[in-house]
Amino acid sequence: MEFGFTPQQEMIRNEASSFLSRECSIPLVRELMDTECAHDDGLWEKMASMGWMGLIFPERYDGVGLSFVELSILMEQMGAVLLPGAYFSTVVLAGLTLLETANDAQKEKWLAPLAAGSLKATLALTEPNGSWSLSSASGVKARREGDDYLVTGTKLFVPDAEVADLIICAARGENDALMLFAFDRNSDGLTVTPLKTMDQTRRLYEVAFEGVRASRGRLLDGSHNIEASLERVLVNATIALSAQMVGGAQRVLEMSVEFSKTRIQFNKPIGSFQAIQHRCADMLLLVESARSAVYAAACNAAESKQETGLLASIAKAYTNDAYGWTAGEGIQIHGGMGFTFEHDAHLYYKRAKADEFTFGDSNFHLDRVARFIGL
Amino acid sequence: MNLDYSPEEQQFRVEVRNWIDANLSPDWEEISHRQAENMDAWMAFLKDWQHKLHDAGWAGISWPKEYGGRGATINEQLIFTEEMAKTKAPNLMNVSIGIELVGPAIIHHGSEEQKQRYLRKILSAEEIWAQGFSEPGAGSDLASLQTKAVIDGDQFVVTGQKVWMSWAEYSDFCILLARTDPDVPKHKGISCLLIDMKSPGITIRPTVQITGEAEFSEVFFDGVRVPRENLVGGLNQGWNVAMTVLMHERGTSAIGYQIRFRNELDDLIRLAQSHERDGRRVSEDPAFRRKLAQAFIEVEVLKYNIYRSATQMVRSGKPGPESSIVKLFWSEMDRRQKLLGMEMLGMYSQLVNGSEWAVDHGKWPRAFLWSRAGTIYAGSSEIQRNIIAERVLGMPRG
Repeated sequence: MEFGFTPQQEMIRNEASSFLSRECSIPLVRELMDTECAHDDGLWEKMASMGWMGLIFPERYDGVGLSFVELSILMEQMGAVLLPGAYFSTVVLAGLTLLETANDAQKEKWLAPLAAGSLKATLALTEPNGSWSLSSASGVKARREGDDYLVTGTKLFVPDAEVADLIICAARGENDALMLFAFDRNSDGLTVTPLKTMDQTRRLYEVAFEGVRASRGRLLDGSHNIEASLERVLVNATIALSAQMVGGAQRVLEMSVEFSKTRIQFNKPIGSFQAIQHRCADMLLLVESARSAVYAAACNAAESKQETGLLASIAKAYTNDAYGWTAGEGIQIHGGMGFTFEHDAHLYYKRAKADEFTFGDSNFHLDRVARFIGL
Repeated sequence: MNLDYSPEEQQFRVEVRNWIDANLSPDWEEISHRQAENMDAWMAFLKDWQHKLHDAGWAGISWPKEYGGRGATINEQLIFTEEMAKTKAPNLMNVSIGIELVGPAIIHHGSEEQKQRYLRKILSAEEIWAQGFSEPGAGSDLASLQTKAVIDGDQFVVTGQKVWMSWAEYSDFCILLARTDPDVPKHKGISCLLIDMKSPGITIRPTVQITGEAEFSEVFFDGVRVPRENLVGGLNQGWNVAMTVLMHERGTSAIGYQIRFRNELDDLIRLAQSHERDGRRVSEDPAFRRKLAQAFIEVEVLKYNIYRSATQMVRSGKPGPESSIVKLFWSEMDRRQKLLGMEMLGMYSQLVNGSEWAVDHGKWPRAFLWSRAGTIYAGSSEIQRNIIAERVLGMPRG
């Protein structure tokens, strides 16, 4: 057992950290917040040239073939800089879904260009009921017509749908069987409408399907059990998001500590007051503990272990609380400045809240843990 | 980064487990339940258990081989403590003070004569140790201690009062901090002495704790004569020794705690599945289900925190200030876990050992009260937060 980074993992971390602090500075994030898609093609190209889109995909699909641990390392650094854009939707949501559920020809067609960075994609799963249980994704229907399917219904909270070239949609077919279709963004009858959201560093959409036609080749049929496959995708996405959250919480802690060393009140740096010190110590405790939980989950995911689902729920429930509390304390420690739009504290606070509800809030995961442990 | 044990480590685990199965007498739990009434029987049992562990070479597993230890790797220590805790085998009685605190202090700071004289008898439990650090006026501010040690020829003469000394009545020796120079800054005038508890001038007065037990005592030193060769780490160098002791108390000691708390959590889950409130089992109440899930999560997170800190210890060679994170985590978690036990029991939480209606011999209210100790001893939670803020985060001193 060696529960710490290998030298190679250390290198990936350092490389990602210096790349992202250089290429994805807060001014760029703020600039992208005001754009239509909160996505930057220039940054995308540079990340592609680092090989990041293919990081965890097999080499036969133009990937790098690294493990989920390395992806989590990258995620943590992306969360620290609030990376906007379609990386998560493309690589984690759509990429893992294709890897799990596409047949070989479909992988050649979509996963290979995705891994190479030339295809952006997303997963349309959640619906107006806002639930992350697969069983609740039941309102979008797929009706057979000859060799094709016609898909009708509304998906809500779909990330990066506008910028995606490919939208993978979960629909219910005959006998309510779960089916996945890969649609081009510009298919007839497919309408993408942006949602106005609190966290402006990322974009969510309503995606309406009005009899969108899918030929046989657009039905992802490489898995015998779509439901179980998609569940695995969600579990892994939960871990990846938790890793991003740890990175964000870590950055808030660093900002707060730095600020407390230079902000003078009562003729002293406020960081010399125990009221501030103890808040920061508690932030560190939460951030480090969340990190332990996320790394443990990532190690399990890397080897597809049985316990991965349980560990994902542990990591997400703990990280929800850790990031939420840390981001809130970050504003508090920065005082009046922390409440201004100009200061960055609110960007993390809003990101923390957005992440908290994505892939299940703490209650959702506590209930899963309760079932896992046989209560 | 991986969480898998090597084949050698797995083999080691089997070896440990087999030995425990073959050597732990089956009636020990019964003796343990009655320890409050019959402390002497419990102590006799523990001494015997420790002899067995010592003979088999398990005592002092972390110590270097040259001092009778096993020189085990951190991972092996982790496996050993995990297996001990899994079978709920009682800890070595000398473990928390003798083996984990006094031993490392003597190994790091003691003279060769001291090492030869004391170390092996700590392992064999022939000599039990107490720790004389805290005083009525020196708790969190340990360095302000006032117990004096004055040099008189080839002896120190020790006068003062120590408090909260665990197992003082059963101890043969204590490791004591005393002021040897009152005219220098407080950290620089302290020395560390090894004192025979049977020396003339020592009075032990047991202190009753909030649980009703008297596990610790206040100890008075009235002109106690201590040979000069019992000084550890040099004159006025006692603070360094104390720091070694405290680092180990917070760091390596916690290495098996995740299993201890996991055992206690499993008991809590069993309680939830058997205890009824308002016509249904506690485990069927959605609010309690979430609280239990949260308690489970915290024990798991503690485990992975300990694993990470173990790897860090392997890489750096010693426990660092990060061990304060683990100490703060488990002690605060323990309070939440035991509070949940009380909440689940409702009115039954009021029944202590001795009532025939008491649940599990009244262990839940007892554990609830005990959980207040962990956030105070070995550096209170406030002190741990100070250490984290100043030494880990580099915040300015107040």
